[in-house]
Amino acid sequence: MTLELATAQGQTLTDSGIETSPLAIRGLTVSYGQKPAVFSVDMTVQPGAMTAIIGPNGAGKSTLLKAALGIVKPLSGQVQVFGQPLEQQRARIAYVPQRASIDWDFPTRVIDVVLMGLYRELGLLRRIRGGHRKRAMECLARVGMQDFAKRQIGQLSGGQQQRVFLARALAQAADIYLLDEPFAGVDAATEKAIISVLKSLRAEGKTVVVVHHDLATVADYFDNVFLINTRKIAEGPVAEAFTADTLQAAYGGRLATAQVDQLARALG
Amino acid sequence: MAGVWPRHRSINWRGLWARAMLWDALLLQLGYNATLVAIGATLLGIAAGVTGTFLFLRKRALVSDAVSHATLPGVGLAFILMVALGGDGRNLIGLLAGSALSATAGLMCLSWLTRRTRLAEDAAIGAVLSVFFGFGIVLLTVIQTMGSGRQAGLEGFLLGSTAGMLFSDAMIIAIGGALTLAVILLLRRPMTLVAFDPEFAVSRGVPVHRVDLAMMGLVMAVTVVGLKIVGLILIVALLIIPPVAARFWSERSDRVVLLAGVFGGLSGYVGAAISASAPNLPTGPIIVLVGFALFAVSLLLAPGRGVLAAVLRHMRFQRRVHLRQGLLALAQGQPIYERLTLRLLRRAGLARADGVATDEGRARAAKALRDERRWEIVRGDLAHEAAAALYDGLRDIETVLTRDQIAEIDRRIGGPKGVGA
Repeated sequence: MTLELATAQGQTLTDSGIETSPLAIRGLTVSYGQKPAVFSVDMTVQPGAMTAIIGPNGAGKSTLLKAALGIVKPLSGQVQVFGQPLEQQRARIAYVPQRASIDWDFPTRVIDVVLMGLYRELGLLRRIRGGHRKRAMECLARVGMQDFAKRQIGQLSGGQQQRVFLARALAQAADIYLLDEPFAGVDAATEKAIISVLKSLRAEGKTVVVVHHDLATVADYFDNVFLINTRKIAEGPVAEAFTADTLQAAYGGRLATAQVDQLARALG
Repeated sequence: MAGVWPRHRSINWRGLWARAMLWDALLLQLGYNATLVAIGATLLGIAAGVTGTFLFLRKRALVSDAVSHATLPGVGLAFILMVALGGDGRNLIGLLAGSALSATAGLMCLSWLTRRTRLAEDAAIGAVLSVFFGFGIVLLTVIQTMGSGRQAGLEGFLLGSTAGMLFSDAMIIAIGGALTLAVILLLRRPMTLVAFDPEFAVSRGVPVHRVDLAMMGLVMAVTVVGLKIVGLILIVALLIIPPVAARFWSERSDRVVLLAGVFGGLSGYVGAAISASAPNLPTGPIIVLVGFALFAVSLLLAPGRGVLAAVLRHMRFQRRVHLRQGLLALAQGQPIYERLTLRLLRRAGLARADGVATDEGRARAAKALRDERRWEIVRGDLAHEAAAALYDGLRDIETVLTRDQIAEIDRRIGGPKGVGA
C-alpha cells in the first residue's frame, strides 16, 4: 500500500520506518474550536522501546495520545499501527486513561474492571469463565493488587486505582501500551510497581508510550523521548533528543534556567 | 364471655374486605382485566428497571424524561391522521407508532443540541421536554374541539389508563418488553463499558455514539410500551427509581441490573394489585408509589450504603476510636477527660470509675501500644501493602497478619521490652 500524503515537512507516508513502526503518525492536527492543540505532528514510535511524550501543560500530550487512539477526531493527518489503519489493529493497542476521567462510585469491583480488558475477546455473549478470571488475577498479581480483587474500586487509593487500570491493559495482551500520565499523583510504591511492569513489557518486546510530566525521571525510565509543544520539538533517543536546547525549545520561559542546567548536568 | 363480645363487634368490615380484595388481587383472582394489567405492569416494570439501570449508570437518567414527554405530539398527530384517513383514531398500534416517531424526533433534537451547540445537556433536556410537551397539549386540545372521532382516552396517555386494557395491549407490552430485554442481553458489555469509561471504550473500538443511541432507543421502546399503563409523565419514575433503589444493595453493576429488574417488576405487580383491590385507585401512580416504597426501604435499611447502616457504622466506629484512645492514654499514663471514653472503658471492665486501669485494662493498654509500633512497621513496608491498606488506627494486628508475620515484625522492633503480649 503506497500512501502519498504530503505533510508539513513535505514528507510522505512512505517514509522510512512507517511499515515497521508500531505507531506512526503523520501530519496530525487536532483542534478544539479554532485553536490547534496539536499542529501537523509526525511521530514514529520505535518498536520494543519505552518512549516518553514530554511537554509543558497544554502542549497537546494527552491530545496526541487520544488522537492516536481515535478518541478525539483529528482535523487532518493519519495514524498507522504496524503499517495498517488503526481500526484494523485495535486489538494490538492497550490504553490506560487518566484517572481523573472515571466515576469512582461506579458499582464495579477491581476484578470486574480487569475483566473489562477481555470484553473484546469475549464478544457480546460468551460467558466469563474460570480461565478468564484466572488471567485477570494474574494481571492483578503483576501490579501487586491481587489481594484487592473483591474491593469496590472507590475504596482504593489513587495509586492503587492506577495499577488496576494498568492490570486491565495487561489483560488485553496487546503489543503497544499507551499510558496517559500514569505517575500523576501516585505514591512511590505505585510508581515503582508501574515502572517495573513497563520494563518487563519492554523485555517481552512490547512497545510502551507514556505521557510523562516528571523531567527528573525521564533518563532513568525511558529509551526515547518525544518533545511536543503543539508542534513537534524533538524526537529520538534520550541522549540525543532530551537536551538543554530541546527542553528550552519545548518549555520556553516556563522552565527556569536553573532547572534546565540541573537537568543538563544530570544528563551529563 | 360478655366482656369479649363487644370487641368482636367492632371489627372493621371494610378494612377486612379491602385486605381480602388485595389478597385476591395479588393472587390474580380479581378477574380478567385486573390480571392482564398485573401481568403487563410486571413485564413493563422489569424492562424499565433493567433499561433504566444503564441510563442511570451513564448519568443520563433525565434524558428519559425528555424522551417520554416528546411522545405526546406523536400521539396527537397519529390520532388526527388516522381519523383523517377514515379509521379509528384510537388504534393503539397506530398511536404507539406515532409516539415512537415523535420521541425519535425529540431524541434527535436533544442529541443535535448537545453535540452541535454549546448548550449543556440539562438545558437541552429542558428545551426539548417543554416544547414537545406543549405542542402535544395543543394537539390534544385541538382534538377535543374537533368532535370527529372518539377522542375519549387520549388524556389517558398522560398518566396511563388501564380500565379498558385488552389482551392485545398486554401482548404489545409483553413483546416490547421481551425484545428490550433481548437487546440489553446482547449489548450489556458495551453499554457497561461506555457507562464506566467511555474513552477506554473508544480505544477498544466500541462505537460509543451508536451504543448511546441504542440505549436511548431502548428507553424509547420502554416509554412507548409503558404509555398505556403508567403514562408518559410517570414512566421516568419507573426507569429511574428501581436502579437507584437497587444500587443500595450491590457494588456490582450486573447485580444492580438484575435487582433493578426485580424491583421494577415487583413495583408493577404490587402496584397493579393494589389499584385493582379498590375502585378509583389509578394504576400508574400507585405503581410509582410502590417503587418509591422499595426505594425508601433500600435507602434506610440496605447494608453498606443504607442510611441506618451508615449511622450504626459511625457510632460503632466512634466507640472503637474512644476505646482505643482510652487504652493508649492508659498505656502512657495520661489522664482521660472524655466522659464517653471513660464510660466505655468502665463498661468493658478496663478502668475504674476514677480512671485507674484494672489489671485487664493494663494488659489491653500495653497490647494496644505495642500494636501501634507493629503497625508503624507494617505501614512502612511495601511487602505488607494489602495489610497496610486496612490500617485505621483501631484494628488488632492479628486480624490482618499471621502469627509468623507478627513474630517477624516483633523481631524488627527489637523484641518485647517488658510488655506482655
